[in-house]
Amino acid sequence: MATAEQDVNASGYAAPETNYINNGYGLKSWLLTKDHKRIAVLYMISISIFFAVGGLFAGLIRLELLTPQGDFSHSDTYNKLFTMHGVVMIFFFLVPSIPATIGNFLVPIMVGAKDLAFPRINLLSWYVYIIGGALGTIGILAGGVDTGWTFYTPYSSTYSNSNVLIVAFAGFLAGFSSILTGLNFIVTIHTMRAPGMTWFRLPLFIWAHYATSIIMLLGTPVIAITLVLMMLERAFGFGFFDPRLGGDPVLFQHLFWFYSHPAVYIMILPSMGVMSEMVSCISRKRVFGYEFVAFSSVAIAILGFLVWGHHMFVSSQSTYAGMVFSVITFLVAVPSAIKTFNWTATMYKGSIVYNTPMYYVMGYLGLFLVGGLTGLFLSNMGLDIHLHDTYFIVAHFHYIMVGGQVMGYLGGMHFWWPKISGKMYPEVLGKASAVLVFLGFNLTFFPQFVLGYMGMPRRYHAYPDEFQILNVASTGGASVLALGYLLPGIYLVWSIFKGAQAPQNPWGAKGLEWEVADSPPTTFNFESTPVVTEEAYNYGPIEEH
Amino acid sequence: MAADHVDHHEHHPYGLAHQFEDMAQQKESVLLGMWSFLITEILFFGGYFLTYLVYRVNYPVAFNEGSHHLDIGLGAFNTVVLILSSLTMAMAVHKSHEGSRNGTLGYLIATFILGGVFLCVKYFEYSAKFEHGLVPGLAWHPHGEQSPQLALFFSLYFGMTGMHALHMIIGAGLLIWLLVKTAKGTYTAEYNAPVEIFGLYWHFVDIVWIFLFPLLYLLGRH
Repeated sequence: MATAEQDVNASGYAAPETNYINNGYGLKSWLLTKDHKRIAVLYMISISIFFAVGGLFAGLIRLELLTPQGDFSHSDTYNKLFTMHGVVMIFFFLVPSIPATIGNFLVPIMVGAKDLAFPRINLLSWYVYIIGGALGTIGILAGGVDTGWTFYTPYSSTYSNSNVLIVAFAGFLAGFSSILTGLNFIVTIHTMRAPGMTWFRLPLFIWAHYATSIIMLLGTPVIAITLVLMMLERAFGFGFFDPRLGGDPVLFQHLFWFYSHPAVYIMILPSMGVMSEMVSCISRKRVFGYEFVAFSSVAIAILGFLVWGHHMFVSSQSTYAGMVFSVITFLVAVPSAIKTFNWTATMYKGSIVYNTPMYYVMGYLGLFLVGGLTGLFLSNMGLDIHLHDTYFIVAHFHYIMVGGQVMGYLGGMHFWWPKISGKMYPEVLGKASAVLVFLGFNLTFFPQFVLGYMGMPRRYHAYPDEFQILNVASTGGASVLALGYLLPGIYLVWSIFKGAQAPQNPWGAKGLEWEVADSPPTTFNFESTPVVTEEAYNYGPIEEH
Repeated sequence: MAADHVDHHEHHPYGLAHQFEDMAQQKESVLLGMWSFLITEILFFGGYFLTYLVYRVNYPVAFNEGSHHLDIGLGAFNTVVLILSSLTMAMAVHKSHEGSRNGTLGYLIATFILGGVFLCVKYFEYSAKFEHGLVPGLAWHPHGEQSPQLALFFSLYFGMTGMHALHMIIGAGLLIWLLVKTAKGTYTAEYNAPVEIFGLYWHFVDIVWIFLFPLLYLLGRH
């Protein structure tokens, strides 16, 4: 966007001489930092590495599925590939993706604070994450794990011959790290808001992160204890889930999904916060129905704890329990639809700017719509018997977690990149990446809906010949998608060194991070504590063209 | 203009961390932080309690049998020890509010000793279980007739009391750190939040035991 770059010179914005990036150089000043912005950068680098690793496994899966017969991997190797893809992507990329990076960077700035409430605990959470990541990597290098990311018993606790213990412990540590992040956010949002920053003046990004943090605090300890029980059974032969001793393997599934279903919302709610900020800015309008969007985040967090049974429609769960879970699952569509409709209504009669964040917003809306609506198919008990454990479900959750969260993550990275790095990225390439990701994503995962409906089960390395054409399309799409993800990795890094200096507020956006903090912000974010006197997204009236 | 730095620390009360505006905000934050952490702990132990509940309902006979294998005398003694340690901990917090360094130090040491007594008794209880072959997976050869699900009871016994003991050990470690800090005179009548939030943690660990004792030792005894 050439106009934005001219604005820099025209407005004569002088970037601060000392900011959080050049305030100390050595490795120690980064590894022992208590600055939430530097910790966010540490997280960005770490999760990018895990995203690449998880993506590599995905690439190998798609390569294997190019032809009907097993080519380069035995079924055992294939089991390890999809397990490690899931473990790495979920525990080490998706859960921390937006909260630990963009959230870590923005939550204190958006509420008008100097830092998170507990900077040392914030740093600790990164170290716990890194130790977990290191253990996970050791487990992978030592031969991997083949239980599926769900670690279902009794296979994981008794029969699997792979590195279950070390990888499960790595997942436990990753969970502990996200508890610490969530705890920091909850306390910061409660006690550190600047004068005048009332609850209903908070940006919706903060509401989304508040809801996410509730799930992190209430859900993550349950998966932690579930993994502990499984590990004790595997290591010492304790019999919590062993049918030979009277234990019930399905109890593991209940405990596991009590966390892991809410965790799905950890992997979508933060991106909804990102969307609210971007939709409002690109439309030059206040988010339509602010309160409804705010409370729909909280509603999703609460409902998320009451739907875990829909993962067990075919696991001996009582039909009557299944019916209750089915109805509550349908209810989740309500707050999700409120958000989608309200974002669309925000854009209606807005003065829309066609920039990179806008492209990501449009892509997100389309993909989340498909992901959300196919969720309704799966919450239907009868239909679920047909679709359970097929590629339909694989496509569904990728539309939510990749089409939703990763689109939100990338969109948010572009939107706040001028603030985070102080540099502008090349606008043309930004738009190109958004288009590539959108096309590649649909080409990869839409055929999987069809495959699943036709009956192709997930988690097999070979399949009947008639499924090949759609699998080839899916693999082709994955290649385009990989290109779309690679591109921002290249030009964003390039812009750090060669990009134009970003102005304080390149998008003319509302919010403390744009209007008060510098680009990039100084170590304590603000020169003095800001005082908030207006609603969020108080964009002026739209001029008629 | 932006390069000019305003000194954030012009008037800086003792013990106030840089990110907070004043002591009241700091205290509110650390208390809320600890309470939030305790909520995660409740859900963490909740997984154990749920598992216990499910299997107790399914296998009442085996669980009654299991509780007869436990030493009710030692369990009751430990319960009293922990309740006493909660009292001394509460007194330590009270003394730190008064700004009494020696008072705080004395009560913290008493708490530490009581915690140590609990762990010693637990050690002897565990050793006895190993001797009697009542440790599933590691030493399992119980004498005489028994229900097939007795191993499930003892899996839960060791899982739950073991996790509780781990929390006690972590608590004891934190207590040593608090003792050093208190001895150095770090805490004053105005700045004593670490003592207070550690108190919350310690009481929580005690309360977990207050639930464990009747569930494991008392229920089903006649």
